[in-house]
Amino acid sequence: MNPTTSSAMSDSVFALTFALLLLAPLAIAGVALINAGLGRSRSAAQALLGSLAIVAVTAIVFALVGSAFAGSLPGGAGHTFHLAGKPWNWLGTGPFLLSGLGSAPVQSQLVLVFEFLAVALAAIIPWGSGADRWRLTAGCATAAVLAAFVFPLAAHWIWGGGWLSQLAVNFGTSGGEAAGFLDPGGAGTVHVLGGLSALAVIWIAGPRRGKFPKEGFSTAMPGHNAVYVLFGCLVSLAGWIAWNSAGAILWLNAPLAALPQTAINTLLSASAALAATFTVTRIRFGKPDASLCANGWMSGLVTSSACAALVSPIVAIFAGMVAGILTPLLVELLELALSVDDPSGAISVHAAAGLWGLLAAGIFSHRPGQFVAQVVGIATLLGVFFPLVYLLFRLLNRVVPFRVDPDGERIGMDLHELGGGAYPEFVIHRDESYR
Amino acid sequence: MKYAGLLVMPAGFFLSIAALVLFADPIERSVFVLCGLLVELLGLGVAVRGHMLARGESRP
Repeated sequence: MNPTTSSAMSDSVFALTFALLLLAPLAIAGVALINAGLGRSRSAAQALLGSLAIVAVTAIVFALVGSAFAGSLPGGAGHTFHLAGKPWNWLGTGPFLLSGLGSAPVQSQLVLVFEFLAVALAAIIPWGSGADRWRLTAGCATAAVLAAFVFPLAAHWIWGGGWLSQLAVNFGTSGGEAAGFLDPGGAGTVHVLGGLSALAVIWIAGPRRGKFPKEGFSTAMPGHNAVYVLFGCLVSLAGWIAWNSAGAILWLNAPLAALPQTAINTLLSASAALAATFTVTRIRFGKPDASLCANGWMSGLVTSSACAALVSPIVAIFAGMVAGILTPLLVELLELALSVDDPSGAISVHAAAGLWGLLAAGIFSHRPGQFVAQVVGIATLLGVFFPLVYLLFRLLNRVVPFRVDPDGERIGMDLHELGGGAYPEFVIHRDESYR
Repeated sequence: MKYAGLLVMPAGFFLSIAALVLFADPIERSVFVLCGLLVELLGLGVAVRGHMLARGESRP
């Protein structure tokens, strides 16, 4: 998955990829809408402003620092150490401050655009999980940490010619096909990383006040706007189709003839996931649950990020269906059994579905040895990036406290942090949990 | 307890990497890599358990 080693890109492929990348921000817009809708009305403006601010922070930090560590632009072979007679390329050596961008090969420039969007999406995923209690400054600070070091490390290892992308070359994991760990749509680099960051944020910030009373079950705190959430799902579909198609071109060197199937697989995966979640929630609660169905749809999209470009349509349906069944069950497990307060469901939707998608790509892609490469990639995401993110966020929490003070949480993040609400003409109901 | 779990997770990762280096046979390698992943999941389980215990003590 090293774009710099592939053949030169034709003008028509360049134009198509660039057009797809112009549509890809719709995925970010969709996730931002879902995050805002699943939070409370008194924090809605802060939620959307936070998404915008996080996109801005990640763009600037990634341009200044992160792109160099990711090795997005040609600037050297990367930092490599030798262990057991094999090279381990662990850090990129691109130029800082995007110097040389104009003269870089067009494919490297497209890779850079893709990574700018990817880091923004990865950073707004935890933002939804910290809704209603996570301070805006802290959200921007974590986004800066992700964009400066964590995401570039993952992007270099998986996309930029790092050791995970070289598994086949160095260890023959893929039966001679020089592929290594495959993640064409960013299921691992973006979604698993974002979902695991969400878990770290939730552990550090703690649950919303009144969510888990000392006695009895957890308090239901439904999202304030199901329309935002469901419309965000539709917007995301357009972004995801563009995202997966662009990823297939950039990271798999897929021919143009393969792109319609990638787009269809994306749609099928999301559709199967929605149908499965619809059925599961109907059986469990008597009626389908709108927010869980939205989570199911998104989990299907996330699953497709890993495998839409690698599997057949029937496998895409199966993978989406499994994601759609697991998501509502996992949301319930996390909230009721594990006391994890995740308003946007990012851990289930992004981390779990992303991991499942990566595994499904290994099982069903019919590439010899691909399964081992995918499991090593999953082990890296869980065993390296989660502890790293938790440690970094824990340290950051000492400098920039994540959690708002109790008074701020009581009056809502909009009034506390912005001085005005998202819906100034509406009466905001008093929160019964503060009695 | 949470930190112990978080320390076990990288140990599982190194187990998976060791499988790549030590085993050439695809089946042995697959089994060992999966064992590494299982160790990571065990570590995650310990970390989750540790977090729940800590939460239980500090509930309002």
